[in-house]
Amino acid sequence: MEKRVVFRSRWLPYALLAPQIVVTVVFFFWPAFQAAWFSFQLQDAFGLRSEFVGLANFVHLFRDEYYLNSFKVTAVFSVLVAATGISVALLLATMADRVLRGALAYKTLLIWPYAVAPAVAGVLWGFLFAPSVGIVTYALRQTGYEWNYVLNGDQAMVLVVLASTWKQISYNFLFFLAGLQSIPRSLIEAAAIDGAGPTRRFWTIVFPLLSPTTFFLLVVNIVYAFFETFGVIDATTQGGPGQATQILVYKVYHDGVKSADLGGSSAQSVVLMAIVIALTVAQFRFVERKVQY
Amino acid sequence: MIENRPWLTVFSHAMLIAGIAVIALPLYITFVASTHTLDEIVQVPMPLTPGDHFWENYSQVLTAGTQRGAAAPVGRMMLNSLVMAVVIAVGKIAISIIASFAIVYFRFPLRNFFFWMIFVTLMLPVEVRIIPTFKVVSDLGMLNSYVGLTLPLIASATATFLFRQFFLTVPDELAEAARIDGAGPMRFFKDVLLPLSKTSMAALFVIQFIYGWNQYLWPLLITTEESMYTAVIGIKRMVTGGDALTEWHLVTATAMLALLPPALVIVLMQKWFVKGLVETEK
Repeated sequence: MEKRVVFRSRWLPYALLAPQIVVTVVFFFWPAFQAAWFSFQLQDAFGLRSEFVGLANFVHLFRDEYYLNSFKVTAVFSVLVAATGISVALLLATMADRVLRGALAYKTLLIWPYAVAPAVAGVLWGFLFAPSVGIVTYALRQTGYEWNYVLNGDQAMVLVVLASTWKQISYNFLFFLAGLQSIPRSLIEAAAIDGAGPTRRFWTIVFPLLSPTTFFLLVVNIVYAFFETFGVIDATTQGGPGQATQILVYKVYHDGVKSADLGGSSAQSVVLMAIVIALTVAQFRFVERKVQY
Repeated sequence: MIENRPWLTVFSHAMLIAGIAVIALPLYITFVASTHTLDEIVQVPMPLTPGDHFWENYSQVLTAGTQRGAAAPVGRMMLNSLVMAVVIAVGKIAISIIASFAIVYFRFPLRNFFFWMIFVTLMLPVEVRIIPTFKVVSDLGMLNSYVGLTLPLIASATATFLFRQFFLTVPDELAEAARIDGAGPMRFFKDVLLPLSKTSMAALFVIQFIYGWNQYLWPLLITTEESMYTAVIGIKRMVTGGDALTEWHLVTATAMLALLPPALVIVLMQKWFVKGLVETEK
């Protein structure tokens, strides 16, 4: 779409674009270019000299057992976050769409976790499940279940999934509610007249009509689990115990900042960029489909 | 309502209340812990009703910080967070609105090139280019400064898109009338487009304020002085290894303080928030 009426000026549009472009070049393109450049270099221990090593960093990376494990951890983590977040939010949104009384109050009480920073969400849940003082830890111990996420990798995963999902439910809920409210009432009414009960109506009419929203949320939740949960992990498990919760983004940070392995960390950055590009393309393909739909 | 099924309605309310209770549980326990002394919290199980040390704990963190972890007062950290959130939100809106004005209302060489350049930044989140971005900022001498905290996060593809979409829906007749009346492009921008964009700006402000306030990785990398910590970083620094050593009564008070401003923004500006969320995803 283009405007028919435009203004004329030789310099003004460039001046208007300049701030955005300068920030973009200095803080986005230049660092991204450097990441790509460093990924082909090997630095000595003091960062004084570096030599060109071609694809050696990448070869090394994909032979690294820990890195491959980090892929697996990220996959498990993001699938769990997306699946839990989407199903709980869909359930709550369906219920909220049904009730007439108190709908606004329910909505308000369900959206506030969106405002909580991932790191703070990590601290909140970490406190509930803290090995010695946590109240949930205590409750679990009363039922005979030994909980200590600092030592048990699976429990650490459960904790970070809970904290990450909790924060994302509000977002999913709002989109599902908007989706549900845009479904024409006449369709539901017609089905009801034909004798379909609420469960049948949900699975044969509502759920299929919501599929664009569900697919969109799936992509958004996976992007969220990949990149924005850094704070949750850093505030609770810090990738541990062992490597049990070390997702890819956390490993880039850990190897680059804590272990100062510039080449390896940059190679990981390049791999991550490739993943973001794939996910963004998936998201935009969806937008096209939504238009047709 | 399609049909009257009282039991289903009761069930819906019950599910919603249960959902809200589970979602609010961490907040409630955190609040309770922030009103007790440390000795009362480490008694297993900790008390489940608020205690009477509310003022003590909150005034201690606001003015003095913790003893074992970060010693900076949380009042200062909240000020830093506020500066960061407001500068990022206003900055993003300002540079994006003029950039989209240029892209929509002018024809000039390289227009599409610039548009794609902004678009591609969507694919380069801070998390994937941590070390090189840090290097750039440190070479520019921006560590431990408000400029370093905010400037690198100010470019925004989403805001530019949003304004572009909006400007495309503004009727051409308005620009035509302005031109006939002899108004230049900046006059048209200031007197016609800005007033029309108010609702989009409000919606974006809510979203970007929360984005700025909740930033974690970036301030973690570039702030080494306690006086530049944001509230979210401060709380992480207070959780010192081993949960028996952590001063939970102060950590939980800080957590409450760190989540209150963005939560209030969402609850009080709910309408703009929902509008902003839905529109930035288009």
